[in-house]
Amino acid sequence: MATEILSGKVHVNTTINGESTDFLAEPRESLLEVLRETLGLTGAKEGCNDGNCGACNVIMDGRLVNSCCVLAVEASGADVTTIEGIAGPSGLHPLQEKFLEHAALQCGVCTPGFLVSAKAMLDENPNPTEDEVRWWLAGNLCRCTGYDKIVRAVLDAAASMRGEG
Amino acid sequence: MAVETREEAVTIKHHSVDYSVVGTRPIRHDGVDKVTGAARYGADVSQPGQIYGAVTRSPHAHARIRSIDTSKAEALPGVHAVITSADLADPGEKVTGGGEATAVPLKHKSGNVMARGKALYHGHAVAAVAAIDAHTAGEAAALIDVDYEVLPPVMDVLEAMKPGATLLHDDLHTDIAGEASAEPSNVAAKFLFEEGDVEAGFAEAAVVVEREFTFATVHQGYIENHNALALWHGDGELTVWCSSQGHFTIRAEVADILDVPISKVKVIPTEIGGGFGGKTTCYLEPLAAALARKAGRPVKMTMARADILKATGPTPGGYVRVKMGVDSDGKLTAGEAYMAFEAGGYPGSVVAAGCMCVFAPYNLTNVKIEGDDVVVNRPKTHAYRAPGATQAEFASETVVDEICEQLGIDVLDFRTLNSAEEGTWRAGGPAYGRIGHKECVEAARGSEHWNSTLEKPAGTYRGRGVASGFWFNIGFTSSAIARLNPDGTVTLLEGSPDIGGTRSSIAMQFAETLGIGFDDVIPMVVDTDSVGYTDVTGGSRVTFATGYAAHEAANDMRKQMIEGMADVWDVAADSITYENATFTANGESATFKEAAHLLNEDTQQIIGKATVTPEKEGNAFAVHIADVEVDVETGKVTVLRYTAIQDAGVAIYPPYVEGQMQGGAVQGIGWAFNEEYFYDDDGRLRNATLLDYRMPTTLDVPMIETIIVEVPHPGSPFGVRGVGEVPIVPPPAALAIAIYDAVGIRYRDLPMSPHRVYAELAARQNGAEA
Repeated sequence: MATEILSGKVHVNTTINGESTDFLAEPRESLLEVLRETLGLTGAKEGCNDGNCGACNVIMDGRLVNSCCVLAVEASGADVTTIEGIAGPSGLHPLQEKFLEHAALQCGVCTPGFLVSAKAMLDENPNPTEDEVRWWLAGNLCRCTGYDKIVRAVLDAAASMRGEG
Repeated sequence: MAVETREEAVTIKHHSVDYSVVGTRPIRHDGVDKVTGAARYGADVSQPGQIYGAVTRSPHAHARIRSIDTSKAEALPGVHAVITSADLADPGEKVTGGGEATAVPLKHKSGNVMARGKALYHGHAVAAVAAIDAHTAGEAAALIDVDYEVLPPVMDVLEAMKPGATLLHDDLHTDIAGEASAEPSNVAAKFLFEEGDVEAGFAEAAVVVEREFTFATVHQGYIENHNALALWHGDGELTVWCSSQGHFTIRAEVADILDVPISKVKVIPTEIGGGFGGKTTCYLEPLAAALARKAGRPVKMTMARADILKATGPTPGGYVRVKMGVDSDGKLTAGEAYMAFEAGGYPGSVVAAGCMCVFAPYNLTNVKIEGDDVVVNRPKTHAYRAPGATQAEFASETVVDEICEQLGIDVLDFRTLNSAEEGTWRAGGPAYGRIGHKECVEAARGSEHWNSTLEKPAGTYRGRGVASGFWFNIGFTSSAIARLNPDGTVTLLEGSPDIGGTRSSIAMQFAETLGIGFDDVIPMVVDTDSVGYTDVTGGSRVTFATGYAAHEAANDMRKQMIEGMADVWDVAADSITYENATFTANGESATFKEAAHLLNEDTQQIIGKATVTPEKEGNAFAVHIADVEVDVETGKVTVLRYTAIQDAGVAIYPPYVEGQMQGGAVQGIGWAFNEEYFYDDDGRLRNATLLDYRMPTTLDVPMIETIIVEVPHPGSPFGVRGVGEVPIVPPPAALAIAIYDAVGIRYRDLPMSPHRVYAELAARQNGAEA
């Protein structure tokens, strides 16, 4: 009977964090499910499974998406960056460093989503104002910090990436 | 008094102690894992061969379960097990303990995990399945056929108490000081706290204000979903992985609900993605274990957000009436309060805590406070950050503001005049030790915010409010084990799940005790087999009590190292001194690290340990200042500026103290303005998504300014009070007062959402026109 269930699976080739990756997925599986349960990339979190909390944010072909609202089969041929791909070989991304310096996390479960979301913003806008940061990050819920230190960390990371830090 | 100012934060110290590790701002030990996605939360753990569980939930708020037909679900390919409450142990009349909650009848605890005979709220679990994948499990759960006899839902506390109200439990009698009422009732318990002579007190009063307040059911709103992974070993031992605020509590509850010896259950804590009181009890853990036992496979479960909102948490909505009297000098003479809190489907709301908090910031000798714990067809309520205090103090602080207005007395002067202080007896007791409410009021008075002028451009409606808050901050039991490593570092094992930086705040106290560095201590949260009993991460107790245990374990380690070095050097132990992280005796000298190496070579194992149950409460006080603008066209209120002031005792790890203050304030802002359970007439929850259960986003709040006040707590080696909970208490009152200052209307119902704010503005407008 397991074969019957498996028979509906689709082969998908995609690029995840720069590496060519193959997986089998049922058409009803979300990209988030496949990242977490099939590929073991558990950095993206499920908080709501309907696009309201941003904890599952990944960057897909340069665009910030909620991976819970993307079907895994849609990732075919795409270039996906997850939280696991944010740090470079030489160390943490400035956003990651600034989140730590500013204590911009408490429980940390929303943190991967915030970092991926903030990276997508800084890729587009390297010099955001506080209002722009707040506007961009409004799709990410954090229940611990009250956002103050997150916003400061993102502004500081942006300054540091511009060479002003 | 020393004042330190950073760009974004101020600290006011009422002491002269200076530490080398405590009070610094290093990067937390678990930080890198949490910014790279490497940290393992509950749902991130898997086991070979695991299958997935799903729960069938009641679509009705109140229904008798006539029968459950599981045959269609069992026949679905890929399904391995189906369970109902019959697969859990018969709870009989056993009692189970519950961490921050008091001991409760097991039939209620087990019944909340899976309905037994009756479904008591929309979303109540009635059956569960395990299948090859999560989708198949979900399909199977939908195939379970439950025959319900639908009963009228009882949704409101005041309705539930009326004579003739539909009863949730035929066998529930009101507990009044240990005596059960003759007739069954929806009132599970009545509490009474009485001090002095309240009638005489009101007779002395020049001004008496009495008001009624209501507040909606709200959820803790942690971003991480509930989860559990259960694995039975061949020898009948059970391992459970889950994120909770207390894995020892989960172990006890799982053992009781399944009737398995506690020694056979090991609970491995994972990282936890927020709890705020809502993860102090089990939901999925016993179900995963029962399914895994039946299926013979490890079972993993996660709870969908809609089910979290329907069936976990929330914290009580309800009703409070407060009456306070003051004499013509502005001195409080008497206080009376009555409150009815939703318990949810089973008894046990936080109403007693609300009763003890309602007047706690003040020196009030004549008080009478009554509280009713009332079952209604809503999810079993649980603690939420200073549980019960926010609701109660929203009422009393709003009344205090009205009294100040009537007397024409400054709100901060009123607080200085009437503040509780060392020796003040709190309703329900005990008398306070050294506390810092007055110092918080002073800090507010001296703050840049309070002394700034709130600009009110023409056509805008702006106002400022201030409110105090109190929360107990308890001790309870914590353990720590410290292992000395050959390289001179220390692995510090503890049993307190780390929700927001407590690994580091505990390790810092350990390091300070021995004079070693922050990075020389490697803190780890370990399973129920690997460290002594530790109560839940709750009650603002971890940095206080587990930090205390770490301090004692450090002292034990030093003692053992001195004894060990006496052997190594062949000297008497009492000739060895330890200062500046160096052992010295008779011309011999070894740093802590050198000693670790020598002791290791001498095959000595140094394991410091401690279990503590600190008696003296930390007693946290906060004062918040809020500036708001009311849009009179829409009723939407915007927070323009917000300052949180709080006595932290001594801030061990200041950035995370500020973080608690900011996060608590923003949760309080959400409670004040947005958050609310919407039930329809059938008792079905209509806003079970994070779009419709609207928690604050980045756009809804400004930066939250913080002023840490340090009045050291005498009951802690480093003066820690605990900081997590009290910052949620003042916001609803401070914001209601600010709205009054802006538009001249007193709002006494939470949340003060745009439609409610607008309705009063429109009614006033219509009244003026009529």
